[in-house]
Amino acid sequence: MPEALDLVVRVVAVLAAFLVLPLAVGQAEHKVMAHMQGRLGPMYAGGFHGWAQLVADGVKFVQKEDVTPAAADGRVFRLAPGIALVPYLVAMVAIPLAPGVVGADLDAGLLFVLAASAVAVLGTLMAGWSSANKYALLGGLRTAAQLLSYELPVVLGASSVAMAAGTLSLTGIGEAWRPWWLVWQLPALVCFFVGGVAELARPPFDMPVADSEIVFGPYTEYTGLRFAFFLLSEYAGIVVLAAMTTVLFLGGWHGPGPDGAWWMLLKTALVSVLVIWVRVAWPRLREDQLQTLAWKVLVPLALVQLVLTAVVAVGIAS
Amino acid sequence: MSSIVPGLLKGMAVTAKTLAHRSHTAEYPDVAPDLPPRSRGVIALLEENCTVCMLCARECPDWCIYIDSHKETLPATAEGGRERTRNVLERFDIDFSLCMYCGICIEVCPFDALHWSPEFEYAELDIRDLMHDKDRLGAWMPTVPPPVAADASAATPKEVAAAQKPPRRPAAPAAPA
Repeated sequence: MPEALDLVVRVVAVLAAFLVLPLAVGQAEHKVMAHMQGRLGPMYAGGFHGWAQLVADGVKFVQKEDVTPAAADGRVFRLAPGIALVPYLVAMVAIPLAPGVVGADLDAGLLFVLAASAVAVLGTLMAGWSSANKYALLGGLRTAAQLLSYELPVVLGASSVAMAAGTLSLTGIGEAWRPWWLVWQLPALVCFFVGGVAELARPPFDMPVADSEIVFGPYTEYTGLRFAFFLLSEYAGIVVLAAMTTVLFLGGWHGPGPDGAWWMLLKTALVSVLVIWVRVAWPRLREDQLQTLAWKVLVPLALVQLVLTAVVAVGIAS
Repeated sequence: MSSIVPGLLKGMAVTAKTLAHRSHTAEYPDVAPDLPPRSRGVIALLEENCTVCMLCARECPDWCIYIDSHKETLPATAEGGRERTRNVLERFDIDFSLCMYCGICIEVCPFDALHWSPEFEYAELDIRDLMHDKDRLGAWMPTVPPPVAADASAATPKEVAAAQKPPRRPAAPAAPA
């Protein structure tokens, strides 16, 4: 019985985190972006500085008509938002807040999270392909190109830190982390973070949804709750990316002073704010610049980092 | 590459600096706007000053002032005196759906019957309700700011000079020749 209770508590906690953290990041984006532009952002919903804005948005999206275009591939079209959103819930299960504070402590947690979040991009791809809309198709193909280019720096960056720690378990990597890794693994951190932001199609890598060129890319034909799921999956993706960056490269639950899950939450929040900050400050890259950055800068950088990691790790071991 | 990074950092610095400053948003319905005292909100009418000279209505570029009046005869005040007639204002409407806030009517009024008021919250749901009558225009009169004080070295304004002149006395009987 205690085992079943433990399972229920973990599942409920992960679900709560999945429902709350993306909304918190979304609200932070509303307010941070507004103040970075000299505005106030939402002020009314919920009373205090518009804290319930995204809840109100959700209520609005639920009320809207759910339209499937006549020419669309109906089943794929309707399934796509789920494919985009659910993998992040699955990924969150394996991300530890501290040793033991985790949905499921997997031996190959790193692999599991990377695989799960890569599946989420397929949702966008399905949406673009099934919408029967030229803009959606263009956006979907851009997503595909982006996924292909940036999965490599992400995986190489993550494998560098896995090599350094000598384990694929996220808890293990977090425990093995030392502050000087901030310097040693810095190129891997850059590759992982930039690649992760690009896979989420967040600005400055938002060509798949470039609204000034191709309307809203793969999401052009979506309405109501399915559209909201895509938006939510973007924020869930930010949470997963920020949490993974924190666990792998920023020491997770370690910190000056006593270690604990709150360090993990704090660092994840800061990385999320960085993702938002970058969106506000930088313009969108062109499609060819995006590919140039991936293949000519990030992939070579990640490979050099791998060699460096291997040499240093062997040096330490011998 | 070396030319890109400073630009990226500068962008982040600018947004961070803006984040640290107060936002520029005017929270209008919650916080009253801080308008200059002489801002042109609405035209107020001081009915007592109006002589129905029609100058404002005729000068109005888009003819949005509607005036109706009639004449009243005042009985002679003295024995054998002459009856006097005066204009009585019946209707003074300004159609604010036409008004373009040029202020020519106010400039042209010789008797200071029209004034700028800084009040601006008189939106209506129906465009026809923007025709405001003389009672509504008169109700804005208390919101008109007092005129700017005259310069210390300025000549005495003619209204003040006229009020300070000694009252006219009946002409002294002509001295017998």
